[in-house]
Amino acid sequence: MTEKPLLALKGVHTHIGRYHILQGVDLEVYAQRVTVLLGRNGAGKTTTLRTILGLWRASAGEIVFDPYRLNALDPPAIARLGIAYVPENMGIFSGLSVRENLLLGTGPKGFRNSRLEDVLASFPLLREKWSLPAGTLSGGQKQILAIARAMILPRRLFVVDEPTKGLAPAMVDVLLDAFLRLKEEGATILLVEQNFAMAATLGDDAAVMEDGRIVHVGSMVALAQDEALQTRLLGLSLASHQ
Amino acid sequence: MIMRSFSPLFRRSFGLRLLSGDTPGHPVASALMAVLVFVLACAPLLFPGTRAVATAARVAIFVVLAASYDLLLGYTGIVSFAHTLFFGLGAYGVAIALASGGPSWGALVAGSAAGIGVAALLGIGIALLSLRVRAIFFSMITLAVASVGQVLASQLHDITGGEDGLTFSVPRLLSPSFHPLSEPVLGVRIDGRFNTYYLIFIISLVLFLLLLRLVNSPFGRVLRAIRENEFRAEALGYRVIVYRSLASAIAAAMAAIAGALMALLLRYNGPATTLSFSIMIDILLMVVIGGMGTLYGPAIGAALMVLAQYYLEPALQFLAELTAPFPWLSAVFQPDRWLLWLGFLFMLVVMYFPAGIVGSLRARRLHYQTR
Amino acid sequence: MKPTERVLPVLLLLLIAALGFAAMPFADWLTLSAAGLAMGMMLFLMVAGLTLIFGLMDVLNFAHGAFITFGAFAAGTVFAKLPQLVASDRLGENLLVLAIAAVAAALLSGALGFGFERVAIRRVYGAHLRQILLTTGALIVAEQLAIVIWGPDAIPVLKPAGLRGSFLVAGAVIEKYRVVAALFGFFVFVLLQMILAHTRIGIIVRAGVENREMVEALGYRIRPLFAGVFVAGAALAGIGGAMWATYAATVTASLGSDLTVLIFIVVIIGGLGSVGGSFLGALLVGLVTNYVGFLAPKLALLSNILLMASILLWRPRGLLAAGGR
Repeated sequence: MTEKPLLALKGVHTHIGRYHILQGVDLEVYAQRVTVLLGRNGAGKTTTLRTILGLWRASAGEIVFDPYRLNALDPPAIARLGIAYVPENMGIFSGLSVRENLLLGTGPKGFRNSRLEDVLASFPLLREKWSLPAGTLSGGQKQILAIARAMILPRRLFVVDEPTKGLAPAMVDVLLDAFLRLKEEGATILLVEQNFAMAATLGDDAAVMEDGRIVHVGSMVALAQDEALQTRLLGLSLASHQ
Repeated sequence: MIMRSFSPLFRRSFGLRLLSGDTPGHPVASALMAVLVFVLACAPLLFPGTRAVATAARVAIFVVLAASYDLLLGYTGIVSFAHTLFFGLGAYGVAIALASGGPSWGALVAGSAAGIGVAALLGIGIALLSLRVRAIFFSMITLAVASVGQVLASQLHDITGGEDGLTFSVPRLLSPSFHPLSEPVLGVRIDGRFNTYYLIFIISLVLFLLLLRLVNSPFGRVLRAIRENEFRAEALGYRVIVYRSLASAIAAAMAAIAGALMALLLRYNGPATTLSFSIMIDILLMVVIGGMGTLYGPAIGAALMVLAQYYLEPALQFLAELTAPFPWLSAVFQPDRWLLWLGFLFMLVVMYFPAGIVGSLRARRLHYQTR
Repeated sequence: MKPTERVLPVLLLLLIAALGFAAMPFADWLTLSAAGLAMGMMLFLMVAGLTLIFGLMDVLNFAHGAFITFGAFAAGTVFAKLPQLVASDRLGENLLVLAIAAVAAALLSGALGFGFERVAIRRVYGAHLRQILLTTGALIVAEQLAIVIWGPDAIPVLKPAGLRGSFLVAGAVIEKYRVVAALFGFFVFVLLQMILAHTRIGIIVRAGVENREMVEALGYRIRPLFAGVFVAGAALAGIGGAMWATYAATVTASLGSDLTVLIFIVVIIGGLGSVGGSFLGALLVGLVTNYVGFLAPKLALLSNILLMASILLWRPRGLLAAGGR
């Protein structure tokens, strides 16, 4: 690629307590593309995302979100640069209503300058549950809500951690549609996804992590076609997942 | 092994074994401890008056009380405000037994045993509570429980003598009127007070050494692991509930023994003597300023606090008179405001020297050693 | 929390009231219930900030009683400086001096809270042990400072003339001041709930109580918010202290420390981070204290502790505990 990456990690190390989780991560995410971060459990994928978001401090290395250096910033500042985070546990506030959860995703003008109508059109169920406490939603619905909250304003980067984890296949399809729509609009997404089929459908670029380092970078298409590589890196093949 | 017993190294290693391999960790701390032990050991010889010796006894008792609290706070990581309850239970056990049963050794032992037993059980109860509710709640609940203890002690005056407390006579050997030798030995009168003092000193010393042994044993190491990371300890197979309960019971029992000794010293016990919140504060100050999790810290802290309480007031008086022309300033130095200054010192220590005196000294030594 | 789970605690309150009703003559019950409600409202004022601070930032402030003490003294000073308004028979002037006292208390305690958060609390975020120790020390220092400023003796606090005396309702004696205190406390409760429910800040606070990290990841700075909640909580506690002192007609430097156990019981019963929970908890404690204080005076504190213990056995995190922490 000759263009500059939107997000670049160079030699990033993260320590949690006395554990050295990230051991020199080099990762590049390009604008208007979906980058999928793959790897076995415990490889450090979630840690990488959290480090980008500033939830964990990198002990070494550089994180550059064109043109800002994220290392020194705290999570609110990073979020305000236009990075939306959908964490593994969804980060939904159970005691707040669906409306209030969505409201928290908006800026100072609230719903006025937001994409609320688009979001509600994409996910009609949110309109149904509008005033209900988010805690009454099912797992899949909460995930939709989390994505909707991320989508409610235009963002420079979406950082999404295992959105389909534990979801019923029907819900996975709804999610897939939502992401594909985002992709059509030209969104930049960094996605951690264990469901290889989903990853292969959505992803443009693939990066594979192992033991706190990136061990493979390439196009998603190439990886999807190379079963031997898949097995070596991830211990599975696309076929076995269908 | 055989070599050790015959070589000059034996004495040094014996000393080390006595302290269970846990030394104060810094020359200054060791010096302070040595002075403390020496002064306490020879108090009746060094000080002519009964008041000074009684103060020394108080120091010994508070060393045990503070060290037992350190077992909970510094080694197990439990912040309990109910420690004075155990102190009071031991004291009331002795007081009630001797007041109602007469000044016999049987009553003394029975009363102590009862106080210690109830304290240990209560200690276990508190430990179980700490696992049932969140840590945040736990400290607050212990505060409430301590207040209940105080209230009960003042209300049940048929048993406890209420607000006035109980005065009683102690067994003859410990009584001030006991004079076996009419002539002083080495300038010291051998009487009941002398005996009482050494009873207190020896028991305190033994308890302190036992605590050292306990925290440096595998049990102590597990306690520390639990304090660092409870989940991990549990995952490694250590049943946190068992360890906490044991630590709590032991700390409670030791505090109760300290209470029994206190009652013997004063030949009196009342709610204000052993159950008041100001004593709990004193214990906290001793442990935190001295250095949590070191045992030597609380010992030094206890000595410092008891001394401070005697010397701080005259020092403040001096400053108050000095600043008399400025009434606002002078008010801050009133001798009654010694707690203001100690509290302030306490806050400074927590903010800037959380390791306390001994902890900071040890850290310094480590820093210089690893350079 | 399911709606049924929310209703049960309210039923508990009604149950206690019913037990009281059954245990004593009607007139006494009415008087004591009014007293209990008023006491509960004042306790609620003192506790509202504390529970939010716990819930939002996981900060244990054992020195919260200091805000109560300083608020109480502020009120006493205001009354002493405006004797004409206090002695007046006109309700308007009485309410005015009461309002001034409340504002003074809020300002003084709020300022104290601001300073304390800046200087001390900030350094011990996330370290529970040090928080407990530091704030316990602060409570002692605050009490001593109160003695330095206002002297060691109890200061009398005169109730405004128009608010002394009582109403006679159905044979029961209900003090006028208690009614005012109860109404005011209820008003603050409703106001707080509305702020939490309908304003952006309120939503952020409620979200933060549940999951502080996520709120930050959404772009909101929690630290300044927390400082704000801390100061607001301190100010409210000051007002609560002012009202308590007016009711008790006296204030000593140890007021805050003396009330510390009681306010902790309320917070524990209610559940950390729940304003509604602390409201209910405060009312429960108020009623229990008054009923038991009449039936068996020596057992008042003990009965509150038993109440707390029973509630914890039923719901270990308090009646209406918020969030997943």
